[in-house]
Amino acid sequence: MTLPGDMDCDELVELITDYLEGKLAAFKRIRFEEHLAICPSCVEYLSQMKQTVKVLSSLRDAPPSREELAPLMAAFRGWKQQR
Amino acid sequence: MLDGEAAAAPAPEPSRAAAEEELVSALRRGEEAAFVELINRYQSVLKRVARIYVSSPAVVEEVVQETWLGVLQGIHRFEGRSSLKTWIFTILANRARTRGERESRSVPFSALVSEEASGSDAAVDPEQFRDAADQWPGHWRTPLRKWGSSPESQLLSAEAMSHLQKAIDALPQAQKLVVNLRDVKEWSAEEVCNVLHITETNQRVLLHRGRSKVRRALESYLKERSVK
Repeated sequence: MTLPGDMDCDELVELITDYLEGKLAAFKRIRFEEHLAICPSCVEYLSQMKQTVKVLSSLRDAPPSREELAPLMAAFRGWKQQR
Repeated sequence: MLDGEAAAAPAPEPSRAAAEEELVSALRRGEEAAFVELINRYQSVLKRVARIYVSSPAVVEEVVQETWLGVLQGIHRFEGRSSLKTWIFTILANRARTRGERESRSVPFSALVSEEASGSDAAVDPEQFRDAADQWPGHWRTPLRKWGSSPESQLLSAEAMSHLQKAIDALPQAQKLVVNLRDVKEWSAEEVCNVLHITETNQRVLLHRGRSKVRRALESYLKERSVK
């Protein structure tokens, strides 16, 4: 049975980022955490979102190409001489 | 307005501030390595952010080059009242805005932000939840499939990384930029709001929608792999 104050899974998944950012109002955070205590799927969902964030942080851009660097380094040398 | 020294910019935290001060001094002394370090750190992000203001790739390149010239010319005046990052991106914004008046995007970034942050954009396919007629409406229809005990090693493989990159590339533009800055570059929410001129709420909504889509892409990648 669902009590009136209970949070449903479809509401929880939309509050994950607010929760992770520490932006949930106190009463909502309590309902959020109470739901987690009884719902393994939402615990798994939260864990997947955290892993997603972690994997995203491991992405790296390719370093700038030689062609891209060349004019910048030329500008740098010009600047250095002028000082 | 002078380049840099944006008002009310967030002050950098102490340890990072020390490293940044060292980088600034090295650049002032004319050390090439310091300049290369800054380029490696910010070049790709500068280009992404420049696209907020101007549309043509050639103009994006020019604006970014002009920004670096501005950094070199202004580094002696940089007082550290804002973080170096904030200062560099303020220079970019000023250069880009000047160009943007002539080369403006057909759809302004602010319009993309409101569009991508409004309406409904469910984090999870609503089909995965039980409907109103069910005894447990709004709950998972079937238990969420687990990613396993060591999904991280699977997710860090080269193949997974290319999937991840594709998932990011497929995101709507404003969501993509926010996910890139917040999660890939690990900027703070405050830095992203300041540089992109978006509200904290919109920043969070864009981040949430973008991240949720990336999670779905990783989910389907792991599912495919387990079927193989």
